[in-house]
Amino acid sequence: MDDTVISLGILQVALAYVFVVILLIIIRARGIKREKEILVSSVRMTLQLILVGFLLVYIFDNPNPLITIGIIALMITFSLFTVIKKFKGQISKPLKLVIVFAMSTGSVLCLFYFLLIVIQVSPWYDPRYFIPIAGMIIGNSMTGLTLGAKSLIEGMTEQRAFVEEALILGATPKAASKKIINNSFDSAILPTINSMLGMGIVFLPGMMTGQILSGTSPLTAIAYQIAIMLGILGSVSLTVILMLQLGYKTFFNRQGQLIQN
Amino acid sequence: MLEFVSVKYKNVIEVDYLYIPKQRVTALTGNSGSGKTTLLKMMNKMISPCRGRILFEKTDLNEIDSVVHRRNVIMLSQSPIIFEGSIRDNLTIGLDFQKIGVPPDDYLYSVMKKVKLEKELDLSSSILSGGERQRLALARIMLLDPQVYLLDEPSSALDDDTGQIILGMFINHIRDNDKTMIMVTHSKEIAKNYSDYILEVDQGKIGNGSNNG
Ligand SMILES: Nc1ncnc2c1ncn2[C@@H]1O[C@H](COP(=O)(O)OP(=O)(O)OP(=O)(O)O)[C@@H](O)[C@H]1O
Ligand SMILES: [Mg+2]
Repeated sequence: MDDTVISLGILQVALAYVFVVILLIIIRARGIKREKEILVSSVRMTLQLILVGFLLVYIFDNPNPLITIGIIALMITFSLFTVIKKFKGQISKPLKLVIVFAMSTGSVLCLFYFLLIVIQVSPWYDPRYFIPIAGMIIGNSMTGLTLGAKSLIEGMTEQRAFVEEALILGATPKAASKKIINNSFDSAILPTINSMLGMGIVFLPGMMTGQILSGTSPLTAIAYQIAIMLGILGSVSLTVILMLQLGYKTFFNRQGQLIQN
Repeated sequence: MLEFVSVKYKNVIEVDYLYIPKQRVTALTGNSGSGKTTLLKMMNKMISPCRGRILFEKTDLNEIDSVVHRRNVIMLSQSPIIFEGSIRDNLTIGLDFQKIGVPPDDYLYSVMKKVKLEKELDLSSSILSGGERQRLALARIMLLDPQVYLLDEPSSALDDDTGQIILGMFINHIRDNDKTMIMVTHSKEIAKNYSDYILEVDQGKIGNGSNNG
């Protein structure tokens, strides 16, 4: 099987840069001032991927549980910074903590379930599986958490009067926030659901394309894709539910009163 | 029944002592911004004082569960929110929140009739006028069974006649069922006609109470 794979050499990759050159010529002719951004992003992408490539070669050749765990921790930390940075100034400290907790617990639980019970990787820390799958699970959970938290914060702000009226009518804080919580869950999970609906018809997912290009049988690639999509769905749902179930509470004090900002 | 002892809330309220008697109608009057709504919100524990104590039947409010207390001391807000959905949904939402069974339609219609709201239950609530919304909000809390009612300007969106009729009806409902009522009104006339006691709120302080009788 492997001998059918065309391995790309440096020269061939360089030929792909012809696209960039053509693009630069066109936009220069049209007077669009975007040359710098296009060049920087192409070069940055190339350099970053080359670096990661060497790093992965090293890690794959020297599997080590500490390195694997370290990388997962780094991915989670990085994704948490990304989520929290998005809400600069409009997110309370307790809600930040809830996001950290939901992300670490939810995605790690799903990741280990997926690798150890579904795929049954051995040794358990095999970086060849661990790292790409962790990337997908953590990345998607991050998107879900961002959307969910955004919707929760907006809901609790814009619909504050509704929540207050519900409390006045004898609702528990949970019942008063129920609509907002449900809406937030919907908006967090929707992209994942949409991508599952379009899968295979509208687009071939990146992981599958990559596997097929590198010589894996499409059937194997599909089996992986199905499993990973379900894993992603599980992880997004779990992290978002954890975040929402604990997160709405951060808008109330211990006396069940809405916290004033 | 309700007692305020050395209560302070931000720079809004400062009350040395305030007593609200059981099974009586007490009116709170005072200028706009004097702190009437803030006082009501403290009574049903939507907010807590920064300093001092509020007692309900001699128990400190801090020791009473907020949700239990709010079910027992129901408030009609100054501008009540009508939720998305039908008139029925809005009528029964308090019952739903409190996990109380919904009575049959006949009963719902009879309560609507008391507030002079003659509409189909399944009509969308979005079509209601401002005054009709206020009456729906009043009917919604009449379906509940608290010990105390707090009404914040219950007739502000109604014309004088309708306001008087409905208030009269509501107060009969209160007296028949041995409930306590605290009502905010800017109308000296309404205060005089319908309440047992009148308290004047002035810049966050309670002026001399008067026995209206
Ligand atoms: N949480 C708060 N923090 C600071 N100030 C507040 C707060 N809530 C209300 N106030 C202020 O306290 C004052 C009293 O408000 P309140 O709503 O109790 O007045 P009111 O007597 O009900 O007035 P109105 O008759 O216009 O309804 C107002 O000046 C208001 O801006
Ligand atoms: Mg007011």
